[in-house]
Order: sequence, then structure tokens, then C-alpha cells
Amino acid sequence: MFASCADPSTLEGLNWLACYLTSGKHMAFYQSFLVVLALLAITAPAALLFGFGGAMAARSRIWPLRIFGRAYTAMVRGIPDIVFFLFVPVAMDQGFEWLRHKVKCPDWTEPVRQGSDFVVCPAAKLPLSTSPQWVHETYGFALAVLAFAVVFGAFAANVLYGAMRAVPRAQIETAEAYGMTPRQSFWRVLVPQMWIYALPGLSNLWMILIKATPLLFLLGVQDIVYWARELGGSKTSIFAYPHPDWRLYYFLGLLIFYLMLTRVSEAVLTRLTARLSHGQATLAGEAQRKAAQ
Amino acid sequence: MKKLILGTAALALSAGMALAQDVVRLGTEGAYPPYNFINDAGEVDGLERELGDELCKRAELTCTWVTNDWDSIIPNLVSGNYDTIIAGMSITPEREEVVAFTQPYTPPSLSSYAALSDEVDLEGGVISAQTGTIQANHVVDTGATLLEYPTSDECVAAVRNGEADAVLADKDVLVPIVNEGDMVFVGEDTPLGNGIGMAFRKSDPELKDKFDAAIQSMKDDGTMNALIIKWLGEDSPRW
Repeated sequence: MFASCADPSTLEGLNWLACYLTSGKHMAFYQSFLVVLALLAITAPAALLFGFGGAMAARSRIWPLRIFGRAYTAMVRGIPDIVFFLFVPVAMDQGFEWLRHKVKCPDWTEPVRQGSDFVVCPAAKLPLSTSPQWVHETYGFALAVLAFAVVFGAFAANVLYGAMRAVPRAQIETAEAYGMTPRQSFWRVLVPQMWIYALPGLSNLWMILIKATPLLFLLGVQDIVYWARELGGSKTSIFAYPHPDWRLYYFLGLLIFYLMLTRVSEAVLTRLTARLSHGQATLAGEAQRKAAQ
Repeated sequence: MKKLILGTAALALSAGMALAQDVVRLGTEGAYPPYNFINDAGEVDGLERELGDELCKRAELTCTWVTNDWDSIIPNLVSGNYDTIIAGMSITPEREEVVAFTQPYTPPSLSSYAALSDEVDLEGGVISAQTGTIQANHVVDTGATLLEYPTSDECVAAVRNGEADAVLADKDVLVPIVNEGDMVFVGEDTPLGNGIGMAFRKSDPELKDKFDAAIQSMKDDGTMNALIIKWLGEDSPRW
């Protein structure tokens, strides 16, 4: 990074540390914090979408849809996360490649499964083996986001399903009395009011999602845990910056990062609760009304 | 004339092959110095980096490097995430059931125990070894208690922390650690494995043959031995 870092073996003290902390490997470490934040930013809305769809399906009047919605929440919530994270990305990857293989290489005669090998034609590879490394990494990241969204979506579906049932029945009855169709009363009366009931459950899920991001490491995405472990391990003089086992310090850094993230989340969620309680027929809403008088 | 036609046909065929397999993805662990590790610039480095680049040059292939956890390095090869493993992997009959190996590029090497002191019970104590390695299998065979870790570095750390009495690993990996640190070699060196080779999918024999030929040419002209001396030292077995 700096010109003075050209020969690390001559450096000492703070200079050494400055060069060490700005090595190419450390830059990758700092970037991986963005990977975690990006995962959170993409997964949270995606999981909410899955959850909303699941909750709508679970309370649908169409029987197969209802069964599907309930099976989704029951199954995903019942399977250990780690099993799910190890299985889903591999299965999805092979599923996509198999589909592409069928479409792109209809003349291919060799079987796709040869012993333990999974062989599709080169054109069906996902991503293509000719694509640059960042495409491979993005694809792996996208698979991870999908796995996270499916798992957390199931939990969110259950929370939202409960919240939809918690909206006072009188509100829906009033809507019906005004002549609203079921669709209108759902979108205009039920959905705007349910969030306050869903929020405690959803905020729990958000916190758990933050803490679950190190599972990325299991999926082969080079996240902060991967780099902390890699950088913290003891280094012999074959490396430019030899040092003993420093994993403790790196993981302490991660601890602080995660604590800060959850602290900020708590503050935001508190404000959100206050805002959503406004004008609601709940105790908190009532208290706000009294205070404003 | 006939020769010319044959020659052109062979050339056309090899050109076609090269097109079909544009980029070969080399999978490695990146946590097994001096064989393979991530250097301070964040790139794959080590004996196998230099070896792999040279082999690709000789086989006239374009290659890229990919890192993968040791634990899942074979499953990800057979499901096609990369085309070969070049990660200090010893050739064993168990692995040959799943993948196809080239000829070894390093001779069968020694595995050693390292510990904090000489007085360690290697048969009845707790020995750490990396998961899924020939060393881990060997510890089970000796009757000692096996403590497995995902990387070799964590196996060494376990000895320093007192969780294990000794670590069993490739001698080439332990030499720099013993030379620069507080640990000593204990017990006898044990010959394990049949040398280190590159692993390929069984359904991919053409690619394997190309690398096989390239490894042979490096053994023949002595560049392989030069690499071994450079990265593993004078004492490591050579061809």
C-alpha cells in the first residue's frame, strides 16, 4: 500500500503495524465487512417477502395454496439451519445446472451422474468456467442470500400469520360493513395495522439474522469470520508479516462489530415501534394518545 | 503428405479441445504452508502455486486459482465447482474411489509429531490432526485419542493451548513451525501416503492426462526437484 512497506522485514513497531494492517489481505478483510452488510441489506427484505407470501398462502381460502404455505413454514422451521444451509445451495446449484443442461445441450448423450461426479456440458455450467472469479463469487453469494431468505422467510411467515390474526376482528367487520371486498379490507385495513403486532417477532428475527451471518463462512463465501481466522492464525517467516496466533484479537474485533450492529438495530427498532404504535388500538398507542392530550 | 494431413488433423483436434476447456479452475485450500497459502497480498502462493502455474504453461492451458475449505474440497470437485484439486493431497486408495489422481509430484513424504516437550505419550495421549487427512487416520490406528481440526494451523494451536499433547502433520509443514517456535519434534517420523498428486473428476481423463504429461516433463528436466528444494528445503525427499 505505502511505499515504505516494500520490505516488511526491516520495519518495526508502529510502522510495521501500519503496513501490516494495510496489506492486501487486510483490505480483503475490510471489504468482507461490506459483504456481511450487503447480505443483511438484501436478505432482510427478501425474507420479509418470502414471509409475507408464506403467511398469505397459509391463510388462503384455496386449499392447495394453504397446504403449501403451512408445509413451507412447518418444514423449514423444523429442519436444523446448518443442514439446510449445507443442502440448499448445493441442491439449487445442481438443479439450475441440470435445467440449463437439458435446454442448452439436448444432444449430450453422457449421463449427468457418473459415479459421484456431477457432469453437465460446459455451456450449462453456472457460472461458466470462463467467467471471471468475481462472477463465481457473486453467484455463490446469491445462492447464500436465497438460502437465508428461504429459512428466515419461514420464520417471518409464522410471525406475520400470527400478526394478521391479532388485528382486532372489529376492524375487519367495520371494513366489511363499509362494503369493502375481502381484498380491499386485507390491503387497506388488515395489513397496515398488523405491523405493530408483527414487530416484536420480526425484530427478534432481525437480531437472529445478524448473528447468523457467520454461517456465510460455511457456504464458502469469504466473510469476516473466514478472514479473521485466516489472518489471525500464526504465521511463520514464509509470510511477509510473521506473527504468533492472534485469532483472539481478530475475534474480539468481530465481537465489537456485532455488538455495535445489534446496538444500532435496537435503537432503530425502538423508534420504529413508537412510530407504528401511533394511532393504533394497542396499549402503546393509547399511551401516546394520552401523552399528546 | 499423409503425415501432413494427420498432423493438421491433430492440430485441429487439439485446438478444438483447447476451446472446449477454456479456463481450468485449480482448487486449493490456501491454508497449508508451504504447499499452499494465502500470501499477504491476498493471493494463493506456495509450492503448489508455482507448480500449478508452470504445469498450466507446459500444458498450454489458461488457469485460475480458487480456494475451498479442506473439508468440502472433494465434494466441490465432483460437483464441478472447479476442475482439479492441487492442495497437498496424498494419494490414498480411499480417495481413489472417488477421484482420479495424477502421478505424484512429490515423493512419499514423512509425517512427524510435534509437541511442546519431549515427554509426550504418543500412543495414549491426545493427538491433534487435520480432519480428513491420512494423519488423522494414522492417529486412530495408533490407538491415541484423536482431536480433529479443520486446518493444520488450528491443530498446532491446540498443542500450544494444551488441548492436545502433540500434533501429527506432514513434516514439511511442521519444519518451519518447529524451527521458528517453541515446539520440538518427538518420536519417530512415520512414512504415510503414496506421495502428493493432483486430483481430477473420474469423468475428466483428458485433462488429467495433460497434467500427468506436464508433471512427467517437470520431473524429467529437474524443475520439480528445484521447486521441492526451494519450498520444502534440502531435507525433503526428492525424485
